[in-house]
Amino acid sequence: MESQSLAILVIDENHLRAAIIEAGLRESGHDNVTVVNDIAGVARTIAAINPDVIVIDLENPNRDVLENMFQLSRAVQRPVAMFVDRADRASIEAAVEAGVSAYVVDGLKRERVKPILDMAIVRFNAFSRLSRELEEAKSELEDRKLIERAKGILMKSKGLSEEDAYALLRKTAMNQNRKIAEIAQSLVTAAGLLGEDK
Amino acid sequence: MSEYQITAGFMPLLDSALLVIAKEKGFAADEGVDLSLVRETSWANIRDRLAVGHFQVAHMLAPMPIACNLGLTPLASRTVAPMALGLGGNAVTVSNALWAEMEKHGARADLDPARAGAALKAVVAERGAAKRSLLRFAVVHPHSGHNYELRYWLAACGIDPDGDVEIVIVPPPLMADALGAGTIDGYCVGEPWSTAAVMAGRGRIATVKAAIWKGSPEKVLGAQAQWAENHPEALTALLGAIYRAALWCADPANREELAAILSRLAYVDRPADWMMPALSGQIGVGDGEIVQVEEFFVPLAKAATFPWKSHALWLYTQMVRWGQIKHDKANVAIARETYRPDIYRAALEPLGVALPGANAKVEGALKRATPVGSAGASLTLGPDGFFDGSLFDPDKIDDYIASQARRGV
Repeated sequence: MESQSLAILVIDENHLRAAIIEAGLRESGHDNVTVVNDIAGVARTIAAINPDVIVIDLENPNRDVLENMFQLSRAVQRPVAMFVDRADRASIEAAVEAGVSAYVVDGLKRERVKPILDMAIVRFNAFSRLSRELEEAKSELEDRKLIERAKGILMKSKGLSEEDAYALLRKTAMNQNRKIAEIAQSLVTAAGLLGEDK
Repeated sequence: MSEYQITAGFMPLLDSALLVIAKEKGFAADEGVDLSLVRETSWANIRDRLAVGHFQVAHMLAPMPIACNLGLTPLASRTVAPMALGLGGNAVTVSNALWAEMEKHGARADLDPARAGAALKAVVAERGAAKRSLLRFAVVHPHSGHNYELRYWLAACGIDPDGDVEIVIVPPPLMADALGAGTIDGYCVGEPWSTAAVMAGRGRIATVKAAIWKGSPEKVLGAQAQWAENHPEALTALLGAIYRAALWCADPANREELAAILSRLAYVDRPADWMMPALSGQIGVGDGEIVQVEEFFVPLAKAATFPWKSHALWLYTQMVRWGQIKHDKANVAIARETYRPDIYRAALEPLGVALPGANAKVEGALKRATPVGSAGASLTLGPDGFFDGSLFDPDKIDDYIASQARRGV
């Protein structure tokens, strides 16, 4: 099918996110996708694959370099401009919010590009959410480990049962208006200094 | 209690100082402005986020609002520049290898643009005769003071910026490394990125913006035009805050604190020592040599925050010169109206700030510091000369453009 033969280049230093975009593109039937993580040599890549669409993440410090490259006819075979559907303000905002920009070759019809950009936006947002969730999960796991250690210290040094140790931590946290994990951290640090954290 | 919420984008450069200090020393808060500063990684991001409304204002390259209004940028919304963020601040740095070649042809550690340019021309000629590759210089962006002053300097010294050398775009934090690796031979950039190369022993500063064109524009406060029109009180409050920040930055007693604040992770994230040369004018040019540069970076004096229409028009003439825009009356008007001294005057006159009598001046006409008549407090302007002695009369744009075209570059 004609619409699947677009050559797409994804430029993203984040390997994982780039892989997620690539997967989404292939799932939508785009089999001509190239991913570049490092812009060294990108001019050659662009000359070699002659992309119709180029997707770049907004955090990329090389955006200015790349935009300049797209303007020079030496580096690209056809003029490449940022995809801006002036009638679709919401789409532009969504793209910027998601952290993605798309550049398309001059003359490429809007209808062919919009699905690609929309998919990239969805995937970028999904990646952000995943990253956030991962951070939260890691943080939660670390907190739990801390609380376990703190309970152990209290059980050993004050001869408390596990439930009583936890209750003491929770009460202290409430009295000081702090999180249980913070109290646990303080206790573990103090015990370490006092040589009791065994 | 904050009446106005303003989010401003900025790039990690020394000349973000006025915005940073407006926030950090409480000047914005004093004016009722809750100022959020967002650090960006590219000028494209600053432009895009301003266009979609994430930012209401931004630290911007002086030509950028003009380029946006002329339709030269991919995503743009009408942008106005009601205030400048200081003058000067850039330097041209070359690799140690290129400096060695230039020294053989008479370059000296005095930052003199004519001498350095003549030496560079001789090097270019020698390399050409020996069929060596073209020297490659980097700038931060095609619509930047850096690009235009580098080209102006090269052309005035007889070097064709598009034929005798190559000019490429490289992000500032990567420039010193690129110089060391030999992928570029020189660059023009704002501080601290020239000092970065000197500190790392990777390059030498050949000349400075303050010598190429004294008292020249570099960064402005860009404001989204629709927002500025709908929120004049907020903008007025912000301009007042930035002016007070400029006063603070201009006081030599505050230099060390300014350097320390700029060095923070949230701002430029480089050592405070790297900020001091620009602030003190004691420029380490390489190999331990120091050159004192008057007015290397000017935060306040000489109407450094005034958005001169003559500056906007000169930048426009350089866009024309280098083929970025076609010259016609409509484009001239767009460029002229991008800079808004009327907004500046309305906001700062009530504060008793020194205001120039006119909105434009003949650039290069002031050979020395000159007290000028002004509304408000006393004001000194100049010197504002181009190193080659030319003048730019903003009322004679066609002639200026024609004269630059006639010279062949």
